[in-house]
Amino acid sequence: MSTRGKAAIVGAAESDLGEVGPGFTPLDLIGQATERALADAGLEKKDVDGLFSASVYYQMPTLSAGEYLGIRPRYSDATMMGGSSFVSHLLHATAAIEARLCEVALITYASTQLSEGGFRGVSDPPNPYETPYGPRYPVSMYALAASRHMHEYGTTREQLAEVAVAAREWAKLNPKAFLRDDLTVEDVLASRMVSSPLSILDCCLVTDGGGALLVTSAERAKDLRKPPIYLLGAGEAHWHRNISQMPDLTVTAAVDSGRRAYEMAGVGPEDVGVAMLYDAFTINPILFLEDLGFCEKGEGSTFVEGGRIAPGGELPVNTNGGGLSYNHPGMYGLLLLIEAVRQLRGECGERQVEGAAVALANGNGGVLSSQVTALLGTESVL
Amino acid sequence: MGELSEEMASAEAPVLTYRRHLENGKLGYQRCAHCAAAVFYPRTLCPVCGSGVLEWRESAGRGTVYATTAVHSRNRDPRNVVLVDLDEGFRMMSQVEGVAAEEVEIGTRVRFEVRQGEGDEPVAVFVLEAS
Repeated sequence: MSTRGKAAIVGAAESDLGEVGPGFTPLDLIGQATERALADAGLEKKDVDGLFSASVYYQMPTLSAGEYLGIRPRYSDATMMGGSSFVSHLLHATAAIEARLCEVALITYASTQLSEGGFRGVSDPPNPYETPYGPRYPVSMYALAASRHMHEYGTTREQLAEVAVAAREWAKLNPKAFLRDDLTVEDVLASRMVSSPLSILDCCLVTDGGGALLVTSAERAKDLRKPPIYLLGAGEAHWHRNISQMPDLTVTAAVDSGRRAYEMAGVGPEDVGVAMLYDAFTINPILFLEDLGFCEKGEGSTFVEGGRIAPGGELPVNTNGGGLSYNHPGMYGLLLLIEAVRQLRGECGERQVEGAAVALANGNGGVLSSQVTALLGTESVL
Repeated sequence: MGELSEEMASAEAPVLTYRRHLENGKLGYQRCAHCAAAVFYPRTLCPVCGSGVLEWRESAGRGTVYATTAVHSRNRDPRNVVLVDLDEGFRMMSQVEGVAAEEVEIGTRVRFEVRQGEGDEPVAVFVLEAS
């Protein structure tokens, strides 16, 4: 039995984004996003019977969200594998809906890190085999991967910078993007070094933000307000937690998650009209373009040259402006899915990709640790 | 019950065995008695084959820089963080001393030394093999 097309995203919304101001909690933003997603779908709160969340604030995130929202779910899933968690929740929600363990799933997340003063990440205990050396989590781990890609494939800082510039060009077309001013490759190269070869403009934003998605059965989705956006396929994979345990720093578990997602969906990279590739750092989309089959291993850095992933380019990537220029609330995976849904619905205004019927969202978590790939499609590709 | 307790009492936590090696100037790692995989960080189960029999070995302490970054901070010099592939077939995070943080190169041959880290914990670091 295939999961393809059995469930659909019927509601998608962000909370307030950027810097929401003092006193707001992540739950306040979850409240905003949920109200907006319900309105988007034409569903009522009482319809929600499945709840999915992950958090670096709340150790029992579905309990906290359920209490705040007044939702008493019969299915609850707090799978936590970093920023990819919410793409995983979409797969898990689809499986739960198919098994009739719930009918309407809410996936939600938020952070108010910027209003609280800065980056807020996970709080694992110190690792005796890494902490003594003082890597800055998580940027140094991604920097190590970038160093290896540069060594093996001749990737340059200029090519990394092209990823940031393309993201900014998309952000200029998105009124909700946090940074919309001009950005050049030279600006990125001249910006403050954080953990070489990654400078501050190779790193994602640190913002407040959150979102909510509503997922239901294909059958129920047909009667709702917006055209259903179907889950065609999804796959998850993780191979390590700590960067010193990553077998090859130039190959991520997206080779597995992507293959699983493509197989379930019955599509390939050539069918993807919009690719949302979790860009916590500029090296990420380069690795994911390779690992998800858009180019050969080692060719990601030339793939991104010359505006190829920017507006008007061959492959629209991170059309909201990405974690680099639009919003990055600590964990970003839910926002990937919201943009993919909007592109497939044709709601993206100036940044709309014409005729996109299949979108790929690749969530990343930890330090290139977890990868979850989802393929979404309109009714036309069912 | 008594036998099990004795067995449990005699077991030393992997991280303590690792530290004891460092205190003696040695870089300890594990080798799986079943599949011969080199295992690092030290564990209670082989992550390759699942065997619970891991034997401690002393590394010769020679390796090659696999990846490198220089971590920049305000008000201090950049510090180097590397991943080193040891000749015995395991990888670890460390730092290379005696070279400017930005000038550590992938492929450089390095050898192990012990330093006193914060809180008097011994820490495994590397210097250029030729030095």
